[in-house]
Amino acid sequence: MGMINLVIDNINVSVPKGTTILQAAKKVGIKIPTLCYFPDQAVKGSCRICVVEVKGSRKLVTACSTPVGEGMEVVTNSISVRDERKAVLELMLAKHPQDCLNCVRNGNCELQTLAEEMNVRSIPYKVEPKDLPIDDTNPCIVRDPNKCIQCGRCVAACQDIQNIGAINTSFRSGDLKITTAFDKPLIDTNCIFCGQCSNVCPVGAIYEKDDTAKVWNAIENPDLHVVVQTAPATRVAIEDEFNLEHGTIATGKMVAALKRLGFNKVFDTNFSADLTIIEEGNELLDRINNNKTLPMMTSCCPGWINFTEKMYPEILPHLSTCKSPQQMFGAVAKTYYAEKAGITADKMFVVSIMPCTAKKYECARPEMNDSGARDVDVVLTTRELARMIKEANIDFESLAEAEYDSPLGKSTGAAVIFGATGGVMEAALRTVYEVVTGKTLDNVEFKDVRGLEGIKEAEVDLAGTKVKVAVANGIKNARIVCEKIKEGKCDYAFIEVMACPGGCISGGGQPFGTTNEIREARIKSTYQIDEDSPIRKSHENPEIKEIYKEFLKKPLGEKSHHLLHTTYTAR
Amino acid sequence: MSKQVKIISARCGNIRPDSIEDYVNAGGYTSLEKALKMNSADIIEEVKKSNLMGRGGAAYPTGKKWEQLFRIKNDPKYIVCNADEGEPGTFKDQLLLNQDPFEVIEGMTIAGFVFNSHDGYIYIRGEYGVSQKIMKNAVETAKRTGYLGNNILGTNFSYDIHVVSGAGAYVCGENSALLNSIEGKPGRPRIKPPHLAEFGLFLKPTLVNNVESYACIPYIVENGGDKFSKLGTESSGGTKLVCTSGNVNNKDVFEVPFGITLRELIYDKEFGNGIPNGRKLKMVHIGGQSGSCFPEELLDTKLCYKELKSKGLSVGSGALVVIDDSHCIIDYLLCVSEFFIQESCGKCTPCREGNQQIHALLSKFADGTAVNEDLNTMMRLSKLMKTGSFCGLGQTATAALDSCLKYFRNEFEEHMDKKCRAGVCDFKGGVK
Amino acid sequence: MPNLHELEYVNDIIKKYNQSPKELIAILLEVQEASGKNYVSEECADIIAKELNIPVSVVFDDLTFYAMFSTKPRGKYVIELCKSAACYVNDSKKVVKLFEEALGIKMGQTTEDGLFTLQYTECIGACKVSPAMKIGDRVYGNLDKQKIDDILNSYREGLICQNK
Repeated sequence: MGMINLVIDNINVSVPKGTTILQAAKKVGIKIPTLCYFPDQAVKGSCRICVVEVKGSRKLVTACSTPVGEGMEVVTNSISVRDERKAVLELMLAKHPQDCLNCVRNGNCELQTLAEEMNVRSIPYKVEPKDLPIDDTNPCIVRDPNKCIQCGRCVAACQDIQNIGAINTSFRSGDLKITTAFDKPLIDTNCIFCGQCSNVCPVGAIYEKDDTAKVWNAIENPDLHVVVQTAPATRVAIEDEFNLEHGTIATGKMVAALKRLGFNKVFDTNFSADLTIIEEGNELLDRINNNKTLPMMTSCCPGWINFTEKMYPEILPHLSTCKSPQQMFGAVAKTYYAEKAGITADKMFVVSIMPCTAKKYECARPEMNDSGARDVDVVLTTRELARMIKEANIDFESLAEAEYDSPLGKSTGAAVIFGATGGVMEAALRTVYEVVTGKTLDNVEFKDVRGLEGIKEAEVDLAGTKVKVAVANGIKNARIVCEKIKEGKCDYAFIEVMACPGGCISGGGQPFGTTNEIREARIKSTYQIDEDSPIRKSHENPEIKEIYKEFLKKPLGEKSHHLLHTTYTAR
Repeated sequence: MSKQVKIISARCGNIRPDSIEDYVNAGGYTSLEKALKMNSADIIEEVKKSNLMGRGGAAYPTGKKWEQLFRIKNDPKYIVCNADEGEPGTFKDQLLLNQDPFEVIEGMTIAGFVFNSHDGYIYIRGEYGVSQKIMKNAVETAKRTGYLGNNILGTNFSYDIHVVSGAGAYVCGENSALLNSIEGKPGRPRIKPPHLAEFGLFLKPTLVNNVESYACIPYIVENGGDKFSKLGTESSGGTKLVCTSGNVNNKDVFEVPFGITLRELIYDKEFGNGIPNGRKLKMVHIGGQSGSCFPEELLDTKLCYKELKSKGLSVGSGALVVIDDSHCIIDYLLCVSEFFIQESCGKCTPCREGNQQIHALLSKFADGTAVNEDLNTMMRLSKLMKTGSFCGLGQTATAALDSCLKYFRNEFEEHMDKKCRAGVCDFKGGVK
Repeated sequence: MPNLHELEYVNDIIKKYNQSPKELIAILLEVQEASGKNYVSEECADIIAKELNIPVSVVFDDLTFYAMFSTKPRGKYVIELCKSAACYVNDSKKVVKLFEEALGIKMGQTTEDGLFTLQYTECIGACKVSPAMKIGDRVYGNLDKQKIDDILNSYREGLICQNK
């Protein structure tokens, strides 16, 4: 492979052909500031923050888009370059609302960071932010176009990566606006609320709806018994909000923090993930054995459900009737657990901590009230939980680890891997294999369904019957699978779909700025927790055995049917 | 004795534009016949010898461009004609499209042959509805008569030309934005590299040239590159279509040899014929809105890429907008600024925001609230736009401003003292 | 909800261009012209998006990027007054005032009878006859009060049959 030799800030660098100046500089410890650039997205070259001087060129070039050349002499740090970058930033700041102190991204904003790093002390123009309406008419995501710096990252996430296209660029010149068609509220578009746009926004232009006030009020309400459940993917991501290493397993500290916040009980969504496996595994076998609609597709991802309801109603019969672990949890918390604790459903308040913005839409679905009350009252994203922890002056890092409460706190390795793409599939296979074959599964790992590849396939041998399965992550790949099913070109029995690339560990509600590198770290930790788990198969979870013995009686039974299954509506 | 040298506009006004018979009788298509018997490398050699600089405004040597595309080993290759002509004060491509469409077609066809392309695209701005109709008819006629389509003139070279309409965006004059527009997208320019010669239309190797450039090709093939070159100067081969407009008696298109002076173009009876209404020349805005302005003192500069460049000027599109002394520099620059605000694609920060801030600063001069610091801010911002914008639009948006600061600095300073020597600015936020 | 009439002509135009996304601009231009009000409605945009299998936000991007499109209804005749340099120095501002007076509306507005919309355009290459304007494909120049009145009357009286 051809190596290119160049000089950056008087440092010799040797990199493969095709490397950009930005990447080459990083190799020698030179961090060129960027804004519109985002790893794993196509280079845009539009913000012009990363401009550098190249000897021999009258114009500056953007480091993110310029490949290195043999003998190139690059200057990233001179009075002239710094002044040009500052000049770009000043232009942006002149149009930006000056209310950092009140902004959701205060202290965690890339524009703010750049202004600080570039030592911007004054703006030579009249500061005149726009006065456009804010879109907060859906339960999940807020869009504030006044704070938008037109970096285009959200458009790349929605159009190119997710292939949904609810938002796009529009107009031109100073009127350039990133918005929906005809500026409609998101709720009136084909937005699935996956929140990938919010995750990549560098500023406070797109963010999750903040429901923390509702939770604070509930916690301080002496009449309410407030319980919280935590998603599998939150425990390997929350540490990003406290500057620990990406992928740090922070389960114990997270539980401790939740207890400190004042929740009456801290339960685990992983418990109901195990529950989901029992129900869904049996549903799959029922469909296979009784020639019902196949392939069956998972239904725990609300972004995926929104997608099928809005855009592929013909796929609805393929969806498992199982609720998501979040919703199963709410239903059994306000019945099974409520009974045990001697509390009525209306006096119980269920909060869930999710890596996901679409979960807020899911918990508000009118039909999610099989317990007699709202099964789940409030969903908080990982980001909101971190905000509460900070607001409560809790020093996260110094917390001693704590354990989940019973009877909805025990889980297995199979449950935690729900957070990674392929995890639901693998968890299901671990149980289905043993149910069908009657044999013990010694090697529980189905590595074929793991990893970031868009569509993964595997074939499982169930006592002589070969069953083909597939796993799709990212809605773009989900669409491909849907098209295959529509064309009748699908011979899978079971398909797992996660709307977010990489699965829930990369959900729209996770700490801002998830890259593939971070995905890999979180996935690695997730499988580590699984490996370290004493129990790795959902049906071996003692609390699951207990809930069936005492309450549900049998999978797909009457009680399960009432509390743990649901229907879908074409929209 | 006319100073015009009509080699590409000779037929304009003298033939029926929709008649291929008239075109052929007037010498048309002999070049294509000749080219079809030559090999591509030799044709490219002639274009190189011709010293033809791209006639759209960027003035990239056409022969060099053709050679670069020739070296690319990938197909299919596309031939694209940039007929977006959005530069204010420019209406020369319109002349060729409307009055000698077959010449443009012939040039594009020769290019198609050189690169073994089978599809040419002519992108005509949406506002030129008449030109689009004429060109569509001409293409159909050429196909009907064997000059376009399958097996052209009995050879095994097949080539079609598709007429594509713009929809109102000056930025589509930028070649990569133009290609995006042909692909049905908004005209926001592309990142380079990769260059269009390698990844152009539909990400295939593409040639993009201006209407006038293609119009020169038949002459070059017929008479050889040297002959074309000798019509001009050492650095600028051939003739140039120039357009006079603004405060001149004759607003029209002229075909002149390089080397003619700007004074002749503004004052000769045959050309601009001077300034009407008894007014005097204040300045000329040369090359388009993206060009520089120059005062009377530079009128004896020759129309030549090299000589103009030495004076900080450029041929650009060949537009010469003449501004008389009844106008105010600041007021005129506000008009220029509004043009760029309207036409910026909005993608990059320096252009999207910079043009608006330039306008805000100029407005301070117009309403008498400007101070010295504003001059510094303007110059610093202009430098950023020149060196930091994504494409040529942002990079040249302040060319007029910079040149006016150079030649008419005193007017800026007068405005700071609430004086407008042209009597235009009322310093109350409006004009008189 | 799109009515059947709209559905018909939009689908015909889309079919003509083989539902090809690369023909989006051409499709939008024809749909706009066929509307009779020089605009592309949201309903039409939805149909086009569906038939071309592209997000409607992509259609909206084209509709708002290019100056020739409008997403709001305009007059039967859109009067585009040039404000670029060559016309500007030839008193295009005066022409604006004359049109505003003659029609009783301001720039950007449409006459109550739905006949005329007044809007600016940048250079249309009619510098030879500046100050100039165009209505559809017809260019008018050397405008003074008399000419303006004559032009408007000829449109009012239907002497100009087509917009083009």
